[in-house]
Amino acid sequence: MSFNNLDQLYRQVIMDHYKNPRNKGSLAGEHVTVDMNNPTCGDRIQLQLEVEDGKVVDAKFDGEGCSISMSSASMMTQAIKGKSVEEAVKISGIFSDMMQGKEPEIDIDDLGDIQALQGVAKFPARIKCATLPWKAMEQGVAEKQ
Amino acid sequence: MDVNKIRQSFPILHQEVNGHPLVYLDSAATSQKPQVVIDAVEQYYREYNSNVHRGVHTLGTKATDGYEGARDKVRRFINAKSTQEVIFTRGTTTSINTVASSYGKANLQEGDEIVITPMEHHSNIIPWQQTAKATGATLKYIPLQADGTITLDDVKATITNKTKIVAMMHVSNVLGTINPIKEVAEIAHEHGAVMLVDGAQSTPHMRIDVQYLDCDFFAFSGHKMGGPTGIGVLYGKKHLLEAMEPVEFGGEMIDFVNLYDSTWKELPWKFEGGTPIIAGAIGLGAAIDFLEEIGLEAIEAHEQQLAQYALERLGSMEGVTVYGPEERAGLVTFNLDDVHPHDVATVLDAEGIAVRAGHHCAQPLMKWLDVSATARASFYVYNTKEDVDAFVAGLQKTKEFFSNVF
Repeated sequence: MSFNNLDQLYRQVIMDHYKNPRNKGSLAGEHVTVDMNNPTCGDRIQLQLEVEDGKVVDAKFDGEGCSISMSSASMMTQAIKGKSVEEAVKISGIFSDMMQGKEPEIDIDDLGDIQALQGVAKFPARIKCATLPWKAMEQGVAEKQ
Repeated sequence: MDVNKIRQSFPILHQEVNGHPLVYLDSAATSQKPQVVIDAVEQYYREYNSNVHRGVHTLGTKATDGYEGARDKVRRFINAKSTQEVIFTRGTTTSINTVASSYGKANLQEGDEIVITPMEHHSNIIPWQQTAKATGATLKYIPLQADGTITLDDVKATITNKTKIVAMMHVSNVLGTINPIKEVAEIAHEHGAVMLVDGAQSTPHMRIDVQYLDCDFFAFSGHKMGGPTGIGVLYGKKHLLEAMEPVEFGGEMIDFVNLYDSTWKELPWKFEGGTPIIAGAIGLGAAIDFLEEIGLEAIEAHEQQLAQYALERLGSMEGVTVYGPEERAGLVTFNLDDVHPHDVATVLDAEGIAVRAGHHCAQPLMKWLDVSATARASFYVYNTKEDVDAFVAGLQKTKEFFSNVF
């Protein structure tokens, strides 16, 4: 492995989300809160979702962790905001496939920023960092239903 | 001490990882195994695999001799009075849990105190939390100084006549702090308390003399000292172990079994229910021989030199925070400004350098340090100055890499 591979892991857009996280903070209105952590490494996330009529109206997160987990959280909130719960869960499934190195069913460019995380699949020890916020989201929408 | 010769005994070290020669700096998590240990385990399985303490046949006798011979090696290694005081367990965690469950639950009641420190590994915190909850005892902490050490004044102020158990790590797996066990044990004894020592991070690296330390219980793991995983030791003073009930019941540990009642074997076997960890114990015995041949004093001096050298090199690097006291065992825990330790470890791994990143099973200590995680480089007998140089160069690259991507 070389710095070339590292460049694929630490893409510019990932670092941008890490340094300038989108949707960071907490929600004021009625919402569901999910706390999740990765007990083996200490990464933790608090995700708040406002779900109305089967739609994710708003999403915010807070937490502590590495560049991969925090950028993934930022991208995830960006990706699911305004989507139906069904769509959000579907994107999560596509993301999970991507982490396992499978080719996504849809055109990768449609995934937006998320596709930058594709390089994580080559770093097995870091996959759980990237999937943590998505697991939190799936739990959150499941609680709401 | 000829490190290059020692390195020849560790086959795993001679490989490339991600296109670079492996620099293994994670021995505090688990050490690598010398060929003699691998051979001893293999030889047992190939030539005399049998159950112990029951076979009349020749292989059974050989296996029993191997297993009990390893116990005597451990006895000499830690200077216990008798092999009756040496119990084989699955590791440090099991050893501590045995004392917490058996001695703790039998001897603690409401109002009693268990005293530990905030620097403990989870395995020396949670068993005491559970025992405290089960008995109504109170869990108390000796405060830490700013550099991650404890003072005897604080020890004296925390331990009272209500204290029944003091449990403390000998060497911190995060800070490298070497705790004054002998002195703390003396204070504990003045108050009628027993002293348990978590020796997971000291036994592989320095001469242990349980009689000199005068601790009542001493726990350690084989896999951090060149031995196999799944084998560890609980040392306990004979009169305490004799009064304790076993925590696991079944084969191997019994004297007579009746329909409604049973009696136990004598020490140490009453604590070794089920077929024991025969290959593991034999492997641990081989690891002890290996370490003894080099000499624990030489190993300790070598590692401290490496730690001091690493401290010196890191000290001159900008943006590096090192945790723990100046005087320390062979490890360095650190953080790089603005780079999460996982990211540090990933970039170092790309250079073939293995370090640990995370909370090191010490979440209360991470809270005390006010960090969510740290990275750690830990040294053993096979590490060299060149390893430290490679590590520092890797860190420099890490810094450069992240200043470029930001």
